[in-house]
Amino acid sequence: MPVMSYIQAVTTALKEEMQRDEKVFVLGEDVGKKGGVFRATDGLYDEFGEYRVLDTPLAESAIAGVGIGAAMYGMRPVAEMQFADFIMPAVNQIISEASRIRYRSNNDWNCPITIRAPYGGGVHGALYHSQSVEAVFANQPGLKIVMPSTPYDVKGLLKASIRDNDPVLFFEHKRAYRLLKGDVPEDDYVLPIGKADVKREGSDITIITYGLCVHFALQAAEKLAEEGIDAHILDLRTIYPLDEESIIEAAKKTGKVLLITEDNKEGSIIGEVAAIIAENCLFDLDAPIQRLAGPNIPSMPYAPTMEKYFMVNPDKVEKAMRELAEF
Amino acid sequence: MSKNRHEGLGLTDEQVLDMFKTMLLARKIDERMWLLNRAGKIPFVISCQGQEAAQVGASFALDREQDYVAPYYRDMGVVLAFGMTAKDLMLSGFAKNEDPNSGGRQMPGHFGQKKNRILTGSSPVTTQVPHAVGVALAAKMEKKDIVSFVTLGEGSSNQGDFHEGLNFAGVHKLPVITMVENNKYAISVPIERQLACEKVSDRAQGYGMPGVTVDGNDPLAVYEAVKEARDRAVKGDGPTLIEAVSYRLTAHSSDDDDRQYRESEEVEEAKKKDSIITFASYLKEVGILTDEVEKEINGEIGNLVNEATDYAENAPYADPEDALKFVYEA
Repeated sequence: MPVMSYIQAVTTALKEEMQRDEKVFVLGEDVGKKGGVFRATDGLYDEFGEYRVLDTPLAESAIAGVGIGAAMYGMRPVAEMQFADFIMPAVNQIISEASRIRYRSNNDWNCPITIRAPYGGGVHGALYHSQSVEAVFANQPGLKIVMPSTPYDVKGLLKASIRDNDPVLFFEHKRAYRLLKGDVPEDDYVLPIGKADVKREGSDITIITYGLCVHFALQAAEKLAEEGIDAHILDLRTIYPLDEESIIEAAKKTGKVLLITEDNKEGSIIGEVAAIIAENCLFDLDAPIQRLAGPNIPSMPYAPTMEKYFMVNPDKVEKAMRELAEF
Repeated sequence: MSKNRHEGLGLTDEQVLDMFKTMLLARKIDERMWLLNRAGKIPFVISCQGQEAAQVGASFALDREQDYVAPYYRDMGVVLAFGMTAKDLMLSGFAKNEDPNSGGRQMPGHFGQKKNRILTGSSPVTTQVPHAVGVALAAKMEKKDIVSFVTLGEGSSNQGDFHEGLNFAGVHKLPVITMVENNKYAISVPIERQLACEKVSDRAQGYGMPGVTVDGNDPLAVYEAVKEARDRAVKGDGPTLIEAVSYRLTAHSSDDDDRQYRESEEVEEAKKKDSIITFASYLKEVGILTDEVEKEINGEIGNLVNEATDYAENAPYADPEDALKFVYEA
């Protein structure tokens, strides 16, 4: 089985979907000749030509809106936002339009667009190249938000997103692009959107998280295992709509729950996860629900001292896990 | 007899009469909706009155079997020309389950009907411009000889999506026709407080496309401009911006009182140029319409509107829990 990086899994999924279905096309800033600023669309321009790997003007609302129009026509656009931080001009198109097209037309029209965007910090990206923006979109029924943590999940979930008949936001952790490598089967598999995945079975504490933090939790879990603390790790994978059943099951399994996000703590998606657990698992809990997240400041600063202070990292995760285990 | 202008445009007598009937139908449905609103039977109306000539003239220049339209909330004339019926529109006015636009989910004027290639629309203005550009991009990719046609008001031409959408269309020479229906007011704010340039069509230069301003009260002038734009688009010569100048004869909506911001003399003056009257005069002058035929048409349309109103009023609403349906594909 080939080993590939997180970003190679993105490129592979795009390429295979474009080979499979000629309605699939990519549009965004610098995605064509250059192959994307992160090289996520590397080689696609040469293979599929200018119009299926379209360099658009620098205008995010048009990238989303033109994609939405093409999707209503029957194409399968994959729009790229160069950084998740720059999705803001397209919010009206994504929330007022894409998310509501099926609903407002009483199921007459639909909008099968995938919008990919690199998010996340720890890359010296400062305020506007580091953010987690999922919470902006995570209370908009009609949208789906996928945030995979491994190359294997990237390929299977990006293919599923492109084939989905509703709009999907697909957030890729930019630090994971080259940091993470893993086995990715060559075959044409898809993974279910809306299903969380147990990344580690354990019996003492439950960690529920997504994206790069899954790896921080896995690393910390290995260390803690040496101390006899056995962590159960649930990767949300789809953060909207949430997989309530898996969340409840994971919380009940150990009765001690730590929720982790790289986003600001306040109003982040893990607040909703906490509410689901509070509603459903009160009598199964042996400790208050714990949250580990970024501080409530606008975004992470550039200077390495302050960036490190903001970011979740394996040490912070390990500390939080140990404290919960000892509760 | 005045000069026959429509033959030179390739329009038959039957076609121009059909244009007139469509304009009149839009006007009569709209007038009925105001009555229903004032009688407390429907909560909201937003009007096409004063813009029917531009809407219908443009639509007749398109391929109504294949082209896509992304109308804005006043475009009753466009959607009627593209196959929506009086009954469909009344069902929307009454917010009934059978409303093909939205099943009673959206306010009237939020058009959409896939079988007639009418893209579903929302309330935030101008979001439909990039959608029409996306349809045109898809048409170009699939090498189809079709165009997309998108409309908006002059106030909306200040939105970012207008700029982003038209620039995108210009860069990629896409077959999209944008028609700004300049009715002189964006709710209460007149055009001189909306545009820094003289005409909306002046903006076309920045997008690398032709910009033309036409008399929006003259369906034949609008037909001619849109026909030319369509011919260019299908030849691969790219997009066109058309500004059709008319006047909004009603308040912005049933919730607006236009006496707060404009003089009634101005409205009365505009009514003299009302296309329903001036186009009827033209058709009479060229011998297509007689008083007798006009009376007959009025009678037919009156019956149609009555039937549509009765049907829609008596049609069932969606069940309350239908509100939960169609968030995602089932």
